Amino acid sequence: MSGKPRLHYFNGRGRMETIRWLLASAGVEFEESFLEKKEDLTKLQKDGSLLFQQVPMVEIDGMKLVQTRAIANYISTKYNLYGKDLKERVLIDMYVEGMFDLNELFLMYIVQPADKKEEYFANMMNKAENRYFPVFEKVLKDHGKDFLVGNQLSRADVQLLELILMAEEYKPDVLANFPVLQSFKARISNIPAIKKFLQPGSQRKPPVTEEDLAKAMKIFRS
Amino acid sequence: MSGKPKLYYFDGRGKMESIRWLLAAAGVEFEEEFLETRDQYEKLLQGGSLMFQQVPMVEIDGMRMVQTRAILSYIAAKYNLYGKDLKERALIDTYIGGTDDLMGFIMIFPFLSAEDKEKQLAVIVQKATSRYFPVYEKVLKDHGQGFLVGNNFSWADVHLLEAILMVEEKKSDVLSGFPQLQAFKARISSIPTIKKFLEPGSQRKPVPDHKYVETVRRVLRMYYDVKAN
Repeated sequence: MSGKPRLHYFNGRGRMETIRWLLASAGVEFEESFLEKKEDLTKLQKDGSLLFQQVPMVEIDGMKLVQTRAIANYISTKYNLYGKDLKERVLIDMYVEGMFDLNELFLMYIVQPADKKEEYFANMMNKAENRYFPVFEKVLKDHGKDFLVGNQLSRADVQLLELILMAEEYKPDVLANFPVLQSFKARISNIPAIKKFLQPGSQRKPPVTEEDLAKAMKIFRS
Repeated sequence: MSGKPKLYYFDGRGKMESIRWLLAAAGVEFEEEFLETRDQYEKLLQGGSLMFQQVPMVEIDGMRMVQTRAILSYIAAKYNLYGKDLKERALIDTYIGGTDDLMGFIMIFPFLSAEDKEKQLAVIVQKATSRYFPVYEKVLKDHGQGFLVGNNFSWADVHLLEAILMVEEKKSDVLSGFPQLQAFKARISSIPTIKKFLEPGSQRKPVPDHKYVETVRRVLRMYYDVKAN
């Protein structure tokens, strides 16, 4: 065993992408096992590797961790991305839970039926631009520091960057009214470990396509 | 201000109930303000109290905390219900993730159409008995201790008891194949703070009814059909 964390998931973003971001930002090398056929999933289920029979699952420090938040919390704490005390942690948690909610909206977009897609998209972008981004714009503007919490890089910064980039994939000018987020984006993207993750050839996954999804549904829902 | 945490939510379970359970389990007295009208909600919004325009919101330790998971993690850490180290915390987080998912199926239940309710009931029972309960049954059986993690009472125990009772409300004999969970239920229910919370007159909320659904829909202007996913 290499000692590196090993991620078990589909070859795509989904619920594992945030974890890839966190590990990459912490400069932690990781390996991946991709589920490509239904048997890949059933094998993991049968050998007891998946506590609730679901992925994501991450082999790390002798554990087979499941549940996205449990994994993200563990990695964030281990690699000092979770603030220095309880008060910072709760701020980070509030921000990050809001981010998970927006992320969930993005995740569910691709599975919307054709006749609901347009309305869903409008609602999704409306939430990004009126519910979530204004909060983070204000937080950064009010304290004038480089990072969301405690004047140091935390998972909140990493997860926000992840979200901003995803939102921009759907609407390139989504940050038009958010000058502070624009400089945040540039600044965080330049952190060496993150810059590296944003380059071609990294383990960052591309946006999911309708084709990928149709393929996955065929394999896993058969 | 009294110094006690103050909970802002509807007069019903929803996403606030786990927070009530955890505060009660920790022996922390709390106050509640119930949202009954749209006006109250708009006042909270205009006052900037709701970071993402949503409830639950809890005023605690000088903060206006939002996001259920953030609030629960804070309370758990503050009152020593979050394990003694990182590995125990990871276990607790994992188990909470499971009970959270299970209770999620139940939380949307009152908002479903009559036809969807029937289907959802079957889903709840199936998930409880084949995916979630077996996990906790095995955990308890394997280590033989009184609590899920670290031989100490934690958030995970409170959350599991809450989930068990909620599923039993839907199917009273659902624990029949789970002797460890039956013993667990009896044991955790008799912890003094929890026993008190389970007695009539506590701040525990009853099974949501149509009045609760109407209130939520009215206050949030949430008139669309809710579909199970």
